[in-house]
Amino acid sequence: MRKEKIFTLKNNYRDDMNIYGYRFGRGDKAACIVGSIRGNEVQQLYICSQLVKALKELEEKGAIVHDNEILVIPSVNHSAMNIGKRFWATDNTDINRMFPGYHAGETTQRIAAGVFQAIQGYSFGIQFPSFYIPGDFVPHVRMMDTGFQNASLANLFGLPYVVIRKPRPIDTATLNYNWQVWNTNAFSIYTSATSHIDEPSARMAVSSVLRFLTRMGILRYTSHSGYIASVIHEDDLTNVKNDLPGLYRRHMEPGQEVHRGDVLASIIDPMEGEIISQILSPTDGIVFFAHHAPTVMEGTIIFKIIRRLHE
Amino acid sequence: MKKDDNIKTVAAVGLAVDEKLRVLKHVLQPRQLTGTEKRICIVTGTHGDELEGQYVCYELNRIIQEQIECLKGIVEIYPALNPLGVDSISRGIPMFDLDMNRIFPGSEEGSVAEHVAARIVQDIAGADLCIDIHASNIFLREVPQARVNVNVAHNLLPFATRLNLDFVWVHAAATVLESTLAHSMNSIGVPTVVVEMGVGMRITEHYGHQLTDGILCVMKDLGIWDGEVIEPKKPIVSEDGEVGFVNANAPGIFLPCVEHWKNVEKGQLIGRILNPLDGTVEEPVCAPIGGRLFTLREYPVVSCGSLIARVLGGEFA
Repeated sequence: MRKEKIFTLKNNYRDDMNIYGYRFGRGDKAACIVGSIRGNEVQQLYICSQLVKALKELEEKGAIVHDNEILVIPSVNHSAMNIGKRFWATDNTDINRMFPGYHAGETTQRIAAGVFQAIQGYSFGIQFPSFYIPGDFVPHVRMMDTGFQNASLANLFGLPYVVIRKPRPIDTATLNYNWQVWNTNAFSIYTSATSHIDEPSARMAVSSVLRFLTRMGILRYTSHSGYIASVIHEDDLTNVKNDLPGLYRRHMEPGQEVHRGDVLASIIDPMEGEIISQILSPTDGIVFFAHHAPTVMEGTIIFKIIRRLHE
Repeated sequence: MKKDDNIKTVAAVGLAVDEKLRVLKHVLQPRQLTGTEKRICIVTGTHGDELEGQYVCYELNRIIQEQIECLKGIVEIYPALNPLGVDSISRGIPMFDLDMNRIFPGSEEGSVAEHVAARIVQDIAGADLCIDIHASNIFLREVPQARVNVNVAHNLLPFATRLNLDFVWVHAAATVLESTLAHSMNSIGVPTVVVEMGVGMRITEHYGHQLTDGILCVMKDLGIWDGEVIEPKKPIVSEDGEVGFVNANAPGIFLPCVEHWKNVEKGQLIGRILNPLDGTVEEPVCAPIGGRLFTLREYPVVSCGSLIARVLGGEFA
């Protein structure tokens, strides 16, 4: 394992922010893994830290296949994490909306450019991001529909689902999108948590990456085969919204099978405690996403359901 | 919140506890309608920390209502597309990750913010002109200017050059800007001019008067207003002019030594980045090209990369 500084941002009022990369093996740029880009992506940081630990042990055992290099960047935005912010500490911009970056541009453009320069040219790019709508997901691999994506490769992670997202204009500045455009097969892996550590889904994520690297001939590692993923398009998910605002009580969990008419959640009057609305499933299927905050605005997407899929 | 028959709700969403998010507009129209009136929409407050448009909305409301007999068309004033943001000094929509001006045209099927965006687009649709007033951010001061995408410049310049602005910046298209309100409105046939002026979290009163006078001129051009108007300024129009960007290369405290909207020579000192801990100058900041300084850093603390200034290249009287 070689630890090196990928990028340094000089600061005046706090320590310089150093972005570190951990390299394993030598040779062709085989795979690059990027963890937390937002300050609240603690789960993503934890997963990468566990990957660094696992890869270090595997490298010591000679398990990295000759002529392959793996780069892991666990944290890109600890300046925000250290002060409890999600986005860049001074101007609230999102580094994951700044790719490919610009070395002479604004602060977060420079950070994105510094990182992107280091992570280009790898055959496979794996990112642990978080979604713009807060809530809990079934663990899955997400890819942008750029025309360069390869869903059958995403299947090799052995996670239950592969989701293809049609990019919108704002997505064109994300790392995943730009990796793909610059000829890296890019995958985003979502687990069940962001701002707290969820050990079971973190372990699942670490295993999925090691499984993928093994199947791509980069690593010698024996693991469970995982799932043969169901490939779904994001637009095909059924969004379920609540009709009334209030306190929110969830009755179904991500991954659970539901039937048309099942009660997914209850909305409770925040002053009087009565149930004022019950949100029913409009379809049979599997819960893919579920809102988790204790309060809810009217018309919030509280569930996303994979239609007509059974356990 | 005031009630008035002419105050209309564009979008309303119930919040968790006894409150609604409401996007409101004030509709001003002649006492007698013929059915052929033209309609102009004045929108602002997409970013909750940009307040310059608030004063323009107030002034337009005041002037039009004082001379209602001069009103020959329909004026719709939307002071806060992001009312929770304006109220809570939040640039974005509170509890929502994406910049509101990156989710247009919105979607009825999407998140709450996307639903609100879709309602706003539906509401403005069919207008003869829309003016979308922004106020930079808390970091930079902008001279009153229109920002016009080059792809729609031929449609917008006749309006943008009559708004009594100092500058019209015709800029290149960018994919990410396809999700702005202006792009969405322009693509459904509502000419929409983005105005940037002043600085975030502040109101520059004379800029407010300057733009209000310009909007009345354009209203007169459209036949919406027949009251007295000024002869608007002739703005500098940059269609292919070089723009020089000045970014900090060291962290510290930026102190300018030039005035905003003045000419600078190539290499001229614009200001210095200072280190208050050890009393040194971290970086003398110089103009990259000669021209007119149209953007200048307002917020003193800078990081590596912070934008300090923009200079429009050329010679100006």
